[in-house]
Amino acid sequence: MTAVQSRPGDPEITAALVAEHGITTFEYERLVSMLGRVPTFTELGVVSALWSEHCSYKHSRPMLKTLPTKAPWVLQGPGENAGVISVGDGWAVAFKIESHNHPSAVEPYQGAATGVGGILRDVFTMGARPVALLNSLRFGPLTSSRVRWLFAGVVKGIGDYGNCVGVPTVGGEVVFDPSYEGNPLVNAMCVGLMREEELMLAVASGVGNPIMAVGARTGRDGIHGASFASEDLSAESEAKRPMVQVGDPFTEKLLLEASLELIRSGHIVAIQDMGAAGLTSSSAEMAERGDVGVTIDVTKVPVRESGMTPYEILLSESQERMLVVAKQGHEQQVRDILERWDLEAAVIGEVIAEPVYRVTEGERVVAEFPGSRLVTECPQYVLEGRESSALKAARERDPHAVEPLAEERDHAWTLERLLASPTIASKAWVWQQYDSTVRTSTVRGPGSDAAVVRLHGTDKAIALCIDGNGRHVALSPRNGGRAAVCEAARNVACTGARPRAVTNNLNFGNPKKPEVYFQLQEAIAGMGEACTILETPVTGGNVSLYNENPQGAIHPTPTIGMVGVLESLTHLTPSAFQAADDQIVLLGEPTTELGASEYLLAIHGLTIGAPPHCDPFAERRLIDTLLEAIAAGCVCSAHDCSDGGLAVALAECAISERDRRFGFSVDLSAWSSLPHRALLFGEAHGRIVVSSKDAAQVLRIAEQRGVPARVIGVVTDPMTGAHFTISHDTFSAPIDWLARAFHEAIPTVMDGTTPAEHVIAASHVPLTD
Amino acid sequence: MKAGIVRFPGSNCDEDAYRAVVDILGQDAVYLWHKDHDLQGADLIILPGGFSYGDYLRAGAIARFSPIMREVVAFARRGGPILAICNGFQIACEAGLLPGALLRNASLRFVSAPVHLRVESIGTRFTSQYHVDQVLRVPIAHGDGRYTADADTLERLEGEGHVVFRYVDAHGAPTLDANPNGSQRNIAGIVNAAGNVLGMMPHPERAMERALGSTDGIALFSSVFDSLLSGVPA
Repeated sequence: MTAVQSRPGDPEITAALVAEHGITTFEYERLVSMLGRVPTFTELGVVSALWSEHCSYKHSRPMLKTLPTKAPWVLQGPGENAGVISVGDGWAVAFKIESHNHPSAVEPYQGAATGVGGILRDVFTMGARPVALLNSLRFGPLTSSRVRWLFAGVVKGIGDYGNCVGVPTVGGEVVFDPSYEGNPLVNAMCVGLMREEELMLAVASGVGNPIMAVGARTGRDGIHGASFASEDLSAESEAKRPMVQVGDPFTEKLLLEASLELIRSGHIVAIQDMGAAGLTSSSAEMAERGDVGVTIDVTKVPVRESGMTPYEILLSESQERMLVVAKQGHEQQVRDILERWDLEAAVIGEVIAEPVYRVTEGERVVAEFPGSRLVTECPQYVLEGRESSALKAARERDPHAVEPLAEERDHAWTLERLLASPTIASKAWVWQQYDSTVRTSTVRGPGSDAAVVRLHGTDKAIALCIDGNGRHVALSPRNGGRAAVCEAARNVACTGARPRAVTNNLNFGNPKKPEVYFQLQEAIAGMGEACTILETPVTGGNVSLYNENPQGAIHPTPTIGMVGVLESLTHLTPSAFQAADDQIVLLGEPTTELGASEYLLAIHGLTIGAPPHCDPFAERRLIDTLLEAIAAGCVCSAHDCSDGGLAVALAECAISERDRRFGFSVDLSAWSSLPHRALLFGEAHGRIVVSSKDAAQVLRIAEQRGVPARVIGVVTDPMTGAHFTISHDTFSAPIDWLARAFHEAIPTVMDGTTPAEHVIAASHVPLTD
Repeated sequence: MKAGIVRFPGSNCDEDAYRAVVDILGQDAVYLWHKDHDLQGADLIILPGGFSYGDYLRAGAIARFSPIMREVVAFARRGGPILAICNGFQIACEAGLLPGALLRNASLRFVSAPVHLRVESIGTRFTSQYHVDQVLRVPIAHGDGRYTADADTLERLEGEGHVVFRYVDAHGAPTLDANPNGSQRNIAGIVNAAGNVLGMMPHPERAMERALGSTDGIALFSSVFDSLLSGVPA
């Protein structure tokens, strides 16, 4: 064994250099004691990447371990590139969510595009063919021109990448809130389909097996991307734009086809994306999982520019690259498959028995770590959490004490304004830029409560959605964590599917702040409770911390990607009303709760009050009721009540489809003793608006399961408008008027000549034809 | 009868075309690899949608130089039927099989949506099972779909009945709002002078089943297969 040597020209290891790499004194000491010497510059770079928050989960792992991960249908839980569940008949679904928040904050187009690329690779390396993409986006208010630039860039980046690869983008959510002004969130989820026996794991094995770099060449882009994603955004972040990787979806498409062919070929034993921290993390993680050593010679890595140092080659985050462990003697077959797709494959190392992680530059050893300790020695931090007194005070404010505006005397005004609020308004402007129909599997695309993708050759389908409500989590983290899971489950159930499993993306601020740490602890605990009760285990996910900028931290935003199974397409249920004269049933019950609502934010600019209480047991009963009613054939449509409350949910059922609208007439007098604002616009959980031709049967099923249910009205012709009665308080609105607010808000802001603040902040000004 | 579906690097509607032919029409289909020269005895060639060669340089500009395209062009010259969809339409224009060009959408944005099409001509082997002025609902998904040709070409296409599909509203009117990409004269699909090459931006292969929201694409595929079975000359 050769001694590790530092390279001529490498900078000297100083305290300042260590700090620049984001390594604390404590961590540095741990590194030195692990090595028994001072690290080389290359080693310092490797450790800075692997021990970054992004790769190591050092602040979140102890909490994540508390999440439920098991169920009979879970084939692969957390720890792999993606989770995998069985959906029956030998079919399995691989799925995972990942964030690209920091890159998108400085370079929205490439940041979002490469986020899609990375999550696609995580799924197809499991052996699954990607069949659907979803995304969850958060931006500041659209009144800001920078936010409009970020929004347009992110949407175009997501679209251009997914469209080119040919994977439909079938759903997602977009929320606008001042808390994300300087720090947008871009979470992308990919879902893939495979036969159960095709499952492939990223575990290096077989001493003597060659390690191969496959796909695109390695360049200088994205170096330190993982570390960049593990610190707060600041005024200097703009200067880090070169750390953002550049995507090439065409190469990705070739790599996708080649990788699936490789996996099916039997010539390889493992494959992993070179994603965050590139070659370093992919090779170290595969070795750690396989409990073997690896050696890599950087001079054998195909590069796209000359003069790259080992440090740069190891830390590059150039996109569309894979690390493959081939079977010894099968190298040429691997090369042949790649060549067929006009891609390269090069042997760059070997699996070895000696438990070390070794990097050489030709003969010279430039980095060497004792085996899996490189991954396992990363410290884990358990800190003390403390609730923010400001948020506590905000929660304790009474939303009912907020004086209504004069215009609110007409609830129709409020309803129309909420429908034009960009968080609630139609996102067709977004999803029309995404190919949602390629692969001819999308039976419910964007704009539904959840997307539904059928399994060719069967009568089954999977239902997919992403949900999260940062405002609810900010004001009550544990309840908010529960609510995120329950809302996602409700959305999936509204299509007729049984919620089965979860992938989650935890978007939070700086965990070293006790207030943020508290949010993490509580939100994860709440998610765990709900996942246990709903039997939707967590199969993986991603943690994005340090979502802060000089203006402060974002709302703590766990986003939940939920996968459900629809046993038969005959149970597929739409969210919009289907026919006049159908009865409207409300499952669940309105409450006095008004806190944390979109109403308070959009109308009063306030984020206050206790968020509505979420009871996962009640949600479970609600979902069981709905699914039984759907199976019994007595449900024509089902739509979850969330942002904007019952009034908005009813309006959405009537107007969400552009060319097929309905009117409705509802009588909510049964709850006339509730504050009318809370009844109409409060966001109480556990409610679903159902339309039915046999309401009596729906009520019967609900009663048997102990779920409150009531017939509240009837679907009508669109010409008759929307009518609400709450005892003596009645109001109406023309359907065209509501529809225009809902459908035109975002296009008008993004493409129109009307200044954004006139559309969003003053949408009561009649939009003339 | 057998369809040959060309696979370029970056094709991504190849499997959808295969399913339309095999699963829905019950006909045979084979994939034709872009590096090959063999059409494998296909009776119909489908140039599917996607992003061949990443749309680098210009959509379709590189694909036309693929080895397989030499055979496809020769097949077209012999009067063999070619269905060129979306990126396939772009490739067919680049290869000189169809007149005109597809430019970046007027909105400068990718557009994915169901659109209405009016059948302008039922005298082609691709449209014989529609009726005149029938309004279809078919998805589009493209960034470069603005059909453009010089004035003489447009006049000739119109005069000789070679405009096959036009973007219209739900009532069949070719309005400005119904035009999703700024195509001249709302043109969505054309045939060549010989009538054996159809190019269209919308995706009929995505409109083959009720579950997907439309079955209006079936008649297109069955028209062309029936023309093959009955030995219709080009």
